[in-house]
Amino acid sequence: MSTPPPRPALLERLTVSPSRRRRDRLARGTIAAGTAIALIPLVLIVYYLLKKGLGSWSTDFFTTDPTGNTFFKTSSIGGIKSAILGTIEMVALASAISIPLGIGVAVWLVEYGRTTRFAQAVRFFVDVLTGVPSILFGLFVFIVLVIGTGSTYAGYKGSIALSLLMLPVVIRSAEVILLLVPAGVRESALALGAPRWRVIFRIVLPTALPGMITGVLLAVARAAGETAPLLFTAASTHKTTTDLGAFMNSLPVQIYSDVTSPTASVVNRAWGAALTLVGLILLLNLLARLVSRRSRLA
Amino acid sequence: MEAASVPGGDRALLVRSPLARLPDRALKYGLTGLAALILALIVYFFVRLVGQAQPAFAHSGVIGFAFDNNWNPSAGRFGALPLIVGTLITSALALIIGVPVAVAAALYTTELCPSRLRTPLTVLVELLAAVPSVVYGLWGIFFLAPKLRGPEQWVADRLSFIPFFGGGIVTIPNCFITGLVLAIMILPIVSAISREVMSTVPADQKEAALGLGATRWEMIRIAVLPYCRSGIVGGAMLGLGRAIGETIAVTILIGNSPKLVEHLFGQSYSLAAVIANEFGEATGTHRSALFAAGLVLFVLTLLVNGVARFFVIRAGRAAGPRRAEEHSSGGGAILAADTVAGA
Repeated sequence: MSTPPPRPALLERLTVSPSRRRRDRLARGTIAAGTAIALIPLVLIVYYLLKKGLGSWSTDFFTTDPTGNTFFKTSSIGGIKSAILGTIEMVALASAISIPLGIGVAVWLVEYGRTTRFAQAVRFFVDVLTGVPSILFGLFVFIVLVIGTGSTYAGYKGSIALSLLMLPVVIRSAEVILLLVPAGVRESALALGAPRWRVIFRIVLPTALPGMITGVLLAVARAAGETAPLLFTAASTHKTTTDLGAFMNSLPVQIYSDVTSPTASVVNRAWGAALTLVGLILLLNLLARLVSRRSRLA
Repeated sequence: MEAASVPGGDRALLVRSPLARLPDRALKYGLTGLAALILALIVYFFVRLVGQAQPAFAHSGVIGFAFDNNWNPSAGRFGALPLIVGTLITSALALIIGVPVAVAAALYTTELCPSRLRTPLTVLVELLAAVPSVVYGLWGIFFLAPKLRGPEQWVADRLSFIPFFGGGIVTIPNCFITGLVLAIMILPIVSAISREVMSTVPADQKEAALGLGATRWEMIRIAVLPYCRSGIVGGAMLGLGRAIGETIAVTILIGNSPKLVEHLFGQSYSLAAVIANEFGEATGTHRSALFAAGLVLFVLTLLVNGVARFFVIRAGRAAGPRRAEEHSSGGGAILAADTVAGA
């Protein structure tokens, strides 16, 4: 047996010194720990929502309206039927307003405006809208539709506030997807003699549809969770109504008014409503992800 | 040549009749009008808000409104300084706590974690953005605040020699809890933008660092972080904009007491919270003062978001020449911001 040859000096230099290795471990450990810390709140929130929320769920919870008798410690406080229906109605109307408007603006940006100065200005203002705190949309609708008309709160006013909130999300996500539609597809259609509007409705929009649905669902999910724009536009009420011209209850507003209650059973209703709301929003998010997975673009 | 004489060069055959061109025209001008409507809407909003805030400014003066430490609606005093300070302090806390964690999560998912963990981790962090503000408030007030009261009091007692920290009694809704919950709320957006920017770091720069013998951390420090600085700053600023404008969670958690922040664990107020809390009963000058608070909030978020966009777009430009076709002027990062905004 011969002794192994001495290691070349170069390899000696290539090995990392203990202090550098230690620092590397430490830094990587810190980064991993930071990631773990980022996930702790999620786990805690989900755990607490399930623990507290499931306890207050029952058939009555979903089929009765809040009674307003918040000082009784019994089940006479009622459930969240009006809140669920109100949220669904108002978000549906908000979607009906903001989706066509938003996609229209996105189509204009991609097909007509492109990089003109006016289009850049529109993009800038859409970005501005994204950053506007949601309560300010509530104030805006209050100024225009409550002070402006000399009337009071109504469900449709809440919907308009929510639609303003959804608009920038719909526009930006639709714009990005529309940009992904290959120019060749458009040009082929134009070369075959199709007018521009046909190209848009028959070629561009169908190609972009699955991707746009993702953005739309995310916007809907955002609107469903918003409290602030509804406080001074749709107000809150206890009774179920399908009349968008009347005061309307919603899940976030119901939770908000229940949080401040000193009565434990009312706070429990808030947990149950919160679990319902988060479940609804997660469902929308899940749908959005499934749809985007099926999209051929992006 | 022969081909030149073939009939059909007649352009008149190709031109559509005016009637056939009508839908095209209508669509073009209709959509342009729609886009102009967005612009008009924001300008109109701003003008109306200023109009509604006018009586309050006339009552207290613009300077008096912004810098007087006296918010007492029942006595007709509208000095919004405590609200502005409360907003800024809780938002600053959110940044101090949230940004390092968000950047760490972004670094871990882009550079360190096994590739099969990447998508699940990203989705989990982004799920935080799906939780509504009011649920954060509910969770913060009934779970986080009571659980952290002991540790907070301990810190307040031990660090009482540092001016801002100590001495006082920890109240159940307080500034620190507000900042902490805000930090959780801005985490997804800061993390998403950082991740987006980190993914634009050219692989050859990272490989060059590793090839020269750098450890993974050294590679991150010399190749990844300097390249992403601008994008991370932009992401943090967008997070700041969110934190400043956050309403319901703050209203539930901050304690709604209109006095200057005395210590970290005491109560305060914020611009958004004052609107949510007092607008329902406000009339006359009080209501106008709340519109003025909204105006200050609007201007503040505009400034912060403007600076943020500047940084994010600059980060996109830095990556621009190399990958112009994929990341035109920070589009990727801004898309990330808007997607998370929607999530």
